Amino acid sequence: MIIAKRKPVSEIVDMVKNFSRVLVLGCRGCVSVCSAGGEREVEILASLLRLGCQKEGKKVTTIAATLVRQCDKEYIDTLDDWDGQYDAIVSMACGVGVNFIANLRPMARVYPGVNTSSMGGSMEQGKWIEQCAGCGDCVLHLTGGLCPVARCAKSLLNGPCGGSVSGRCEIHPDTPCIWQSIHDRLGRLGRKEELTAIAPIRDWRTAGHGGPRTTLRDDLTI
Amino acid sequence: MSFTPDIQAYCCHYTSQQSCSQNGGGLQEDGFPSTVTINRLPCSGKLQVSTLLAAFENGADGVYVVGCPKDTCHNVMGSQRAAKKVLAVKKALAELGVEPERIEMFHLQRGLHPEFITTAQTMDKTIRTLGPSPFKGESK
Repeated sequence: MIIAKRKPVSEIVDMVKNFSRVLVLGCRGCVSVCSAGGEREVEILASLLRLGCQKEGKKVTTIAATLVRQCDKEYIDTLDDWDGQYDAIVSMACGVGVNFIANLRPMARVYPGVNTSSMGGSMEQGKWIEQCAGCGDCVLHLTGGLCPVARCAKSLLNGPCGGSVSGRCEIHPDTPCIWQSIHDRLGRLGRKEELTAIAPIRDWRTAGHGGPRTTLRDDLTI
Repeated sequence: MSFTPDIQAYCCHYTSQQSCSQNGGGLQEDGFPSTVTINRLPCSGKLQVSTLLAAFENGADGVYVVGCPKDTCHNVMGSQRAAKKVLAVKKALAELGVEPERIEMFHLQRGLHPEFITTAQTMDKTIRTLGPSPFKGESK
């Protein structure tokens, strides 16, 4: 899922303190699962915005709502339900949701309520770790399902780097060296000899930095 | 200018049994501050962050939660969960430039104990020192 975390409240109050009616808009997708922007978090942020604005001597009324998703046009269209009832939207979806509202609502003032950080998962309650960098040319079939692009501090494709100690990363000692994990795992699976092959220089164009990447499926376009 | 704080206490069923005696009258006689309103809960773990924030929105100058001792909560993890929620509100208050001391978590023994009253007195003293809630738009 996409991992996000609420921005500091003071930052969000600064964004909207000059509006008197704010729609705080959650998303039932990834940000609900990572407890950043689901219904509960919307309720909390709406309350904090009212308190924060009150402290600044401003009166704000909030509408708290949550869409099924904010990354699909059909759900953004349901914003029609609140037309004329708000001056600004604070979206608690990931950056995709904020962009979609901006794309589809030319006159809407939309502000981000969360910082979108990564694609990852939760192995223990309250902690999420990046697992995938979305680099566009997956090598997981070569590495036993463990991603060196997202999980190695140096994104090495021929690892480990030599700096890891006792299976821990030299950059982040609280993080397991993913290349150590890859070697251990492929060893358990009887595939260790595959690691003698040198991975060629990677073409990173698929990883971005050249404008928005587009995925086109001819079989689905109309 | 005199200031009479509005303090909302959220107490679990097990740590606030004193409030049942003589409809709380006994507590007052023992020195429980009249500025504190007790909101009883089946378990402090039931508390939501939004409930604590609503107390401030409704005019509370201070809020505190009383739950069981961390390692002997009647509902195992309830009071630890409550403490986490209090911490979240503390952090949010700090982000808004408001004194985090306006909300506190206390872990007290279950049953009848004088600490229940001294805790309320401590909170009353803290909030009187801090003055009215900045959310009321009043100057200290």
